[in-house]
Formats: sequence, C-alpha cells, structure tokens
Amino acid sequence: MNKTLNQKAWWLVTPVLILVAFNAFIPLMTVVNYAFQETFGNNVFFWEGTTWFEQVLRSDRFHDALVRQLLFTGMILAIEVPLGIGVALTMPRKGHWASVCLVLMALPLLIPWNVVGAMWNIFALPEIGLLGHTLNSMGIDYNFTRQPVAAWMTTVLMDVWHWTSLIVLLCYAGLSSIPDDYYQAANIDGASRWAIFRFIQLPKMKRVLTIAILLRFMDSFMIYTEPFVLTGGGPGNTTTFLSIDLVKIALGQFDLGPAAAMSLIYFLVVLLICWVFYTIMMRNEEQ
Amino acid sequence: MATIRFKNVQHAYPPPKGQDPVYALKEVSQVWEDGSAYALLGPSGCGKTTLLNIISGLLTPSEGKVYFDDQDVTDLPTSDRQIAQVFQFPVVYDTMTVFDNLAFPLRNRGTDEATVKKRVHQIAEMLDLTANLKKKASGLTADGKQKISLGRGLVRSDVNAILFDEPLTVIDPHLKWQLRSKLKELHQQIGVTMIYVTHDQVEALTFANKVVVMYDGAVVQVGTPVELFNKPKHTFVGYFIGSPGMNFLPCKIDRGQPVFHNNILATSHPVSDDLNGRTVVGVRPEFVEFADDGIPVVIEKIEDLGRYQVVTVKHESEVIKMVVNEDQRIPAESPKIHFNPDQIRIYCDDWLVEGGDNE
Repeated sequence: MNKTLNQKAWWLVTPVLILVAFNAFIPLMTVVNYAFQETFGNNVFFWEGTTWFEQVLRSDRFHDALVRQLLFTGMILAIEVPLGIGVALTMPRKGHWASVCLVLMALPLLIPWNVVGAMWNIFALPEIGLLGHTLNSMGIDYNFTRQPVAAWMTTVLMDVWHWTSLIVLLCYAGLSSIPDDYYQAANIDGASRWAIFRFIQLPKMKRVLTIAILLRFMDSFMIYTEPFVLTGGGPGNTTTFLSIDLVKIALGQFDLGPAAAMSLIYFLVVLLICWVFYTIMMRNEEQ
Repeated sequence: MATIRFKNVQHAYPPPKGQDPVYALKEVSQVWEDGSAYALLGPSGCGKTTLLNIISGLLTPSEGKVYFDDQDVTDLPTSDRQIAQVFQFPVVYDTMTVFDNLAFPLRNRGTDEATVKKRVHQIAEMLDLTANLKKKASGLTADGKQKISLGRGLVRSDVNAILFDEPLTVIDPHLKWQLRSKLKELHQQIGVTMIYVTHDQVEALTFANKVVVMYDGAVVQVGTPVELFNKPKHTFVGYFIGSPGMNFLPCKIDRGQPVFHNNILATSHPVSDDLNGRTVVGVRPEFVEFADDGIPVVIEKIEDLGRYQVVTVKHESEVIKMVVNEDQRIPAESPKIHFNPDQIRIYCDDWLVEGGDNE
C-alpha cells in the first residue's frame, strides 16, 4: 500500500518548538553554563567544575533557606488541604448559592501576586492596617515588620487566603462528580457521616486532590512575589525563602556561578519531591 | 420482614418558583405483601422510582402514610427502616475489598466480627463471589459490581424488603438473563419481599409474581402476568404489555354490543348501553384472525418474525395489528377479519368496562 508522504505538519509544530527552545531550553542551558564556569564578563569563561555546587550545598545560608522553605510549604499544605476539603464539603451543590459560592471562591485566584502582597502589606500594617490595628487595639502586640513570628503568620495567612480556593474548587469538582446513588446506597447501608467521607467522598476526590497538592506544593515551593512585596524576606532573613535568596545572590550580589548552581539544585529538589509524591499516589491507585 | 402498606400516598417534587406543584405520584394506596416478588412496570417518568424511594425512605411523601406492618414509618429515616436497595448504576466502595464491601452494612450496625464473617461467606457463596472476596471491588466488571450491590442488601438478615431500581440496565445482555434468574432463585431461597422497577415488560413478567403497572403517576393495574395480558384494566396496560400491544378501535355501544364502523362485534360479555364517555373496543393482536365472514380490510404490511407473523391491516382509517402463525395462509383477495368474542374488551374513557356475564 502506498502511503502519501505529507510533511506539512512540521509547519504547525515548528513554531512551538522554537518557542520552547527560546523560553525554556536555551535559558536552562545558559544557567547550566554559568553553574560550571566562572566569568568576568566579555564572554570569557573559565571551567570551575563542581565548585559552585559544593559551595552552595555546604553553605548554612542555603540550608536555612531550604528549611524555611520546607517549613513554609509544609505549613500551608497542612492548613490549605484540610481547610479546602472542609469548605468544599460544606458548599451547596445546587441552586443560586452554588454559583455565588463558586464566584466568591474564584475571586482570590484572579488577583495578581504582587497585588496580593501589597494588599496584605497594607492590611497588616500595625498602625493603619485593619488587621494590624485591630490586633494591637485588642492588646496583642503585633508588628510583622519587626517580629519574625508575626511575619511568618502573616505570610502563611496570606497564602492560605490566596490559594485555599484552588483546593476548594478542585475538590468541589471531584465531589460534584459523585452520583446521588452513592449517597443513597450509603444511607441504606447505615453509613455514618464519617464513613461516607472516608469511603465515598475521599476516594472520589483522590485524583483531583493529588493534582491540587502537587500544584500547591510546586507553587508554594517557588513562592517569590507575595512574600517579597509583603516582608521583603525580613525581618532579618526570617522569611527569606529559596527564591528570594536566589534573587539576592544572583541580582543583589551578582554571584552568577553560585546562583546558577543553586537554581539547578532548587529545580532538582522540586522535581524530585513531585516525582516521589506522584509515584506513591499512583502506586496506591493501582493496588 | 413486614407487609408494606401505602395509604393515600402522594408526592410532588418542589416546583419551580411561582408554579403549581406537579404530582410525580398521584394518590397510591397499595399493599405489598410480605415475601412476594413485585415488578413495578411503566414508562420513564411515570413515578416508579419515586414510589421506590418512598418505600426506602430516601423521599418523604408530601401526603399520605407508609406502614410496615402496623408501624407508621412515614417519617422514619432510611437507616432505621431495614430496607435494601440496588440502584441502576452499581454502587461499590472502590477502596474496599469485596469482602469489606459486603461486610459494610453489618459493621455499620455494630455486628460482631464472627457473624459478619459467617454472613459474608454465606452471601458470597449464593452470588458466586467467593473467589473474588479478597480482590478490590473497583477491579470487577459491571455485573460483578452489581452483584456486590445486591449482596450488600442480602447480607443483612433483618431486611423488610429489597428494592431494585432498574438494576440490569448497565449489564451485558447475556449476563442479564443469568442475573435475573439468579434473582428469582434468591427470592425463592430467602423469601424476602422484592420490588423490582423496570420499563422492560419481559423483565417484569419473568421476575414477578405480581406486576404493578404505573402510568402517569398512578397505579393503573396490579395483577399476575396472565391477568395483565388477558384483561388489561386500562388502555395503557393493553398498549404497554404485549408485543405488539392491544388494538384499540373507536366504537359505539348498541344493545350491549360494540359497533365499529357499522360492524357489530359480537362479544360474550355484553355491557350496559348508557356509558358516558369515549368508548373504544380493545382486542389483542393474538385474538384477531382471518375469516370468511367479518370486517373487510386492506393488508398494509406483513412482518415475519420467525415464529409468527405480524400483519398490519386497515379498515377505513383504523389500523389493526394481528399475530398470525407461520403456517397460516394469508388471503390474497378481499381479506376479512374476525375478533374472538371472548377476548373483546370495552373501555370507557380508557378504563375497562366489566362485561355482564361469566368469567
């Protein structure tokens, strides 16, 4: 049988390939370039091998930022996931209120990161901000620009406010796909509210929840704009997360080599955690 | 085990704003005898599922009372009614094994583990699920899953009734037949009341001792398959049961006999002349035959179904279907038809008018 050769599809694929090359592959390779070499400008490079990597991996500064980052991501996941599931469970399934709730839930997601940072900055200012002023007038000493604990709480709260909606919406979608028959059958089987959640709702939400957790993990692990606008990484270095630290090294100190090495390590850490998490979830699925 | 009684039960779903409620179920008073197998038969949207959900308590009727024996259960929640229900789409708890699925209703009621084990094995044996007990329920085929749903109903020894809401819709045709005979067998083994909702007359007639035919929110006839076939109480029953359905021809009543386009149709059950309303005569296609003397017709169509032929004939503008045996000759010229006098039914405003004499 004669197959007609038609290579026209390349015309459709090529623009995408070029686009990917310019916005992902070439920048990544540039970073790799900087990570293994030293430069003094003028495109003159000297081979450095793994020097920068060793330097980054041994530095306390990187360790501290990584610990802060893990702590932050752990905290927001621990709050956002149960909260998101809880809110999704209590949202109405039908009627006008369902649409109202969905729109309200989607609103925070539509606000640009730096605006969120600025909003919370103003909201939390000790003298004039609604939150800061209220807390202080209630007799609680609160100043996020000076107290590390207050800075942390404000940052975590801001992230919870901004992103819990994402988990709510995904879980809500998962819940909506459960046919009424399941609830009726559970009712007939005499299942308790907890058993319904444990054996019907949670298993049906599992897929979307996996995606939600992955998205939230990646996003929060790479968080930059919001804490940068809110606290600028302070007070001191207490809210300096990995990306903020990276920018300080790369643009503040112009240490391109270590910064490039750190980027690659950072990238591999995100990749590794996502892969491990996803593999575990999918293995459970198969069993 | 209990006799289930409906007393003037009606149900309307909440209407859209500003509209009058539409009754999905219009006044039903009905006794479901303990240990019988019932089929609820009717077209989609006739209120079958509504009725079923009222029995199981998933719905509370807008009016009327439901009794289990002498206990008023109208407001009793589902979990306290000891009812099992199998739905159209199989419901299994995906994360559990088949064993845990079957044990679920018992464990929820705090049954001790030894009893659970004994009951589950017993039921698995009945349903041929023993080999799968340790498997995850999500890996089973549709009919396997439906067996689990059924098993969860059977596993409780105290159920008052098992309700089926079109349980075989998603099952492959060749397995349908198997599962249906299994149900029938189970009914004979354990003798619990079973109520089976379907819109498939073959399913209904093969499964049930008594068929409840519903139409437009009301029960139009309760009877054995033979009664439904021979003496439909409502034109809908005649039309819905049988394939092809009953023939209905407009008629006038003259001296107790129906008159169809000036042809007197002799009936062995004459009726009274003063019927107020639209009168029609009904006769099953099986009881129409070609004759030397009778109503002249034109043959429109002959469908050969292998074991018999369905012949469509016309008199004036009225279409009449008849079932004719394979070996029977169909007259080529000026055919005439004759109705079996014993099998002529007369309906006034769609309801059967009982004939005056024997039977």
